[in-house]
Parts: sequence; structure tokens; C-alpha cells
Amino acid sequence: MRQRAEADAKTYGYYLNPNPEFLRNLLEGLKRNEERYGYPSCPCRLASGKLELDRDILCPCDYRDPDVLEYGYCYCALYVRKDAFEGKIPIVQIAERRPLEKQARAYGEAAEASPKKKTEPSATVTKVPSEAKLKMWYCKQCGYVVFREDPPYVCPICKAKREMFAEIKIHTGLYG
Amino acid sequence: MKVVKVLGKNKKHKVFIYAISTCAWCNLAKNFLNENDVEYEYVDVDLCNEEDKGKIRRDIQSRGGSLSYPTIIIDDKILITGFRKDKIMEALRS
Repeated sequence: MRQRAEADAKTYGYYLNPNPEFLRNLLEGLKRNEERYGYPSCPCRLASGKLELDRDILCPCDYRDPDVLEYGYCYCALYVRKDAFEGKIPIVQIAERRPLEKQARAYGEAAEASPKKKTEPSATVTKVPSEAKLKMWYCKQCGYVVFREDPPYVCPICKAKREMFAEIKIHTGLYG
Repeated sequence: MKVVKVLGKNKKHKVFIYAISTCAWCNLAKNFLNENDVEYEYVDVDLCNEEDKGKIRRDIQSRGGSLSYPTIIIDDKILITGFRKDKIMEALRS
């Protein structure tokens, strides 16, 4: 797990968290998630246990790059920028970038289906989709194609920004 | 729902944590309370069943919290999202 994270950090020019105890904790959490879910979802987020719903929080998560760009480190602080690694900026827990509707999926449909919960304020209820709607996206810069709910923030191949992704729509019909 | 009680000499406030068992920030929060000998209770949300997860979600959201961990509730009225040492200290000093 450590080797995988180190290799990924190197690829993107990041560093791993400089606190050895904190880092060990994160890597153990990732290992535990890989064992129990079958994939290394973010140790600091609640996973649903269903890959199609947790795809955006597979480490390195979709939110890592924008978080590192804005704060200097990702949500769980496994990946940090050079200034954070060198202690020039403090590493404290940052706000969650993952949209609430995606977070809510980890709480299962039982949250909505329970008949006893009519007193809950409706404003706080977020609908939990049973399955993510997957689409096909391609990078207009390098042609990388990915099948997922939203386009990536950054193209993993050429590092183009999200705006460079376009959806591939396949139309089928009968032609005479 | 498995609520774990951690004993401590400082019992002035009722401290409760919704945590994730693998979360390093949650572990920092627990260690911080341990080091300060604060008595608290916690639930590891990821180890709960679906029904309890739903209850926890409603509880956090009804208190105006977000679904980030740790969520720390002090004296049933102060909710702190994330491990914010300054905010925890401030709430425990009052």
C-alpha cells in the first residue's frame, strides 16, 4: 500500500504525509478498506461498500487534485504538496469537497425507507440513488476514454482539466 | 449501535464522537481526548448496520452538521465537524 501511494505521489509531484504515525494510520486504513470492500476507498470517508457508488473516493480520490491545489493536501492528508510536506503550511482537516448526494449513498436506502422517521425535517433529506448513472467521457486533448458518472477533475494521462472532457453519446436506431 | 465509552477524569462535559474506524483524523480526535483525560463516548459509523447508519445520518443532519468525520457533539448542543483542536478546547473550557 505504501509503495503504491509513494509511486502515485511521485507521478503527480506530490509527497506523502510527513507525520510517520499519521501516515501509518492512513495506510492501515486503506489496507483495511481493501480487505473489507475489495478496493482501497478513502479511509476518512464512509464508503457504501458498492464499487459503483464509491468510485469517486477510491484512493487517490477524484477530489485529491483540486484539494491539493487549493489547500496543499487532500481530504485525508495522505497526499501533500511540497510546502505542506516541508511544514511551511499547517496540515489541518479541510472541508469536504465531495457532494452531499454522493456522501449520502453510504447510508443506504434504509435511511429513507424507514417508516418511523416521519419527524425528520424534509429539508435535510437527500435522495439516495440505487445506482450511479454511468456515462462515457473522453478527453479532447489526448483521447483517453473513461466510463463513469462524472468526468475526472484531471485527465490521468495528459493532465488536462475537467473542462476538456466531453461525453460520448451513442445513438442507436433503425435505418432503412 | 455499539457505543464505546472511554473513561477519563475530566467528566465536566458530555462528549460524544461519530467516527470512522479507519479515519486518521478521528483517531487524532480520540487520542487528543485521551491525552487530556476527557471522558467520552464514540461510535464507529462504518461498523454499524444500515439502519443505524440511517439514524446517525439523520441525527447529524438534524443538528445542522455535515456528513464528515469526526463529528463531535459536546453537551448535546455544540457540534464540531472535523478534528478542530481549538474548537474542542474552547467547548471543553466553557
